[in-house]
Amino acid sequence: MKAFRILSRNIRDAAKSVFRNFSLSLASISCITITLIVVAISSILSSNVNNFATLVEKDVTIVVFLDLDITDQTRQNVADSIRLLDNIESVTFKSKSEIANEMKESSKEFESALSNWTEEESPIQDTYLVKVEDIERIGETAKSIEKMKGVSIVKYGEGMVEQLISVFDMVRKITVGMVIALIIVTAFLISNTIKITIFSRRREIEIMRLVGASNINIKIPFMMEGLFLGILGSIIPIIAMIYGYTALYEHFDGKMFSPFIRLIQIQPFVYEVSLFLLLVGALVGMIGSWRAVRKYLKI
Amino acid sequence: MDIIRFQHVKKQYKTGVTAIHDLSLNIEKGDFVFIIGSTGCGKSTLVKMIYRAEKPTSGKILVGGINVAKLRDSKVYKIRRKIGVVFQDFQLLSRSTVYENVAFALEIFGLPKAEIHSKVIKALELVGLKHKAKNYPNQLSGGEQQRVAIARAIVNGPKLLICDEPTGNLDKNTSVEIMTVLEEINKLGTTIIMVTHDTDIVNRMKKRVILLDSGRILKDYEKGTYKNEGIQNTK
Repeated sequence: MKAFRILSRNIRDAAKSVFRNFSLSLASISCITITLIVVAISSILSSNVNNFATLVEKDVTIVVFLDLDITDQTRQNVADSIRLLDNIESVTFKSKSEIANEMKESSKEFESALSNWTEEESPIQDTYLVKVEDIERIGETAKSIEKMKGVSIVKYGEGMVEQLISVFDMVRKITVGMVIALIIVTAFLISNTIKITIFSRRREIEIMRLVGASNINIKIPFMMEGLFLGILGSIIPIIAMIYGYTALYEHFDGKMFSPFIRLIQIQPFVYEVSLFLLLVGALVGMIGSWRAVRKYLKI
Repeated sequence: MDIIRFQHVKKQYKTGVTAIHDLSLNIEKGDFVFIIGSTGCGKSTLVKMIYRAEKPTSGKILVGGINVAKLRDSKVYKIRRKIGVVFQDFQLLSRSTVYENVAFALEIFGLPKAEIHSKVIKALELVGLKHKAKNYPNQLSGGEQQRVAIARAIVNGPKLLICDEPTGNLDKNTSVEIMTVLEEINKLGTTIIMVTHDTDIVNRMKKRVILLDSGRILKDYEKGTYKNEGIQNTK
């Protein structure tokens, strides 16, 4: 009950204080707003790159071409041995007739060429389509499959896939690093802005000390105020981000540059980013205030 | 019973200046004591050490049985809650009302609203400012502001009230008003230690007077024995 009273008083006082020191509060809020906009842009960028990378990685498939004269037993053995490998997500069988039908449907030339062969004469091989769990180990998995009896060729876009993966990995690391760096910079900026606010209120802190406020008693109201500033500062970035991303998505019709690069669906993505921005604003405001007030707590 | 006991207290500032030399002193519970002396004689340092705004270099200072010289920084608030302090420059929050200024000290401890209200009103009644509860400090006269500061200092019911030149910024009539309030508080059982330059007040009040000179007690006058002597050097 007592803790609840202290907390509600702190919340009330923090709200009051934000308005009483309005010009300085505005400075802190603008600082938070500007940095959060940059955080919003880089997190949208980072999430989309991540999303694209994941989509591409999911599409990567190992195609296992089986020997033309393979027996049903050997074919089954190959599937079983592939499933026994540790990096396998799924194994799907695609018979030569299925492939032939797909090819026939895709163009007339194929249709006329393929219709000349009987089932036995057809050069088309039965295949297994294998998806892997860890894309970085795809080469290793492909090699193990290649050694199996009954397997003629294994293809997965060697070279290209590895390159793509390393590029994605780098972009991912850079964007995540950027977001983290930005958050740290924001915390420092806010801490300094709040320091100025608190400098003008050191008298209040002195009086608090004088009447017997403990360090926690003094810190909590300022941290609450930081929390409020953080939340207020995140409103504009959140609104800008929601409208901005929606406009971007609709303008490009969910794709960028080519149909392969798909943007993340608007919902629930914008709400997730909003929540992230709100949390970053609130936390950074609180931590900034806490850092700033520490200096005045020495006797 | 002694509420304050100084035992061989020495205070040397980092600048090398020694403000208090081997000072020993006892103050009884319920007493009213003036501390006088010329500027720079160590009066303020002496009282600051009581509420632990300054730490002695050596010696023991017992306040209500607690050695404040040994108190850790993070525990200082415990002693502050038992001591009321009033300054020359009032130290009020200019953006809070009279009521809020006085309630401030109680709200920190999380007392229920009704209890805060009754205590604040009682304290404001004692200093005669109940009718100004909703005013802001800058709407009050100097004397009234000082009375608000006194109300804030006593609202928590401290056993000890320290006044560091409370009438320093006030004219003669207003000073008399303040002294009346302080005497009233003293009669209710609060020990008062007051640092002052104002010999008129000291003469009229007929209380125990401690005269300091260069960080040493020059003379300790029993109640009523001080007769405007030895303070020629004051400002």
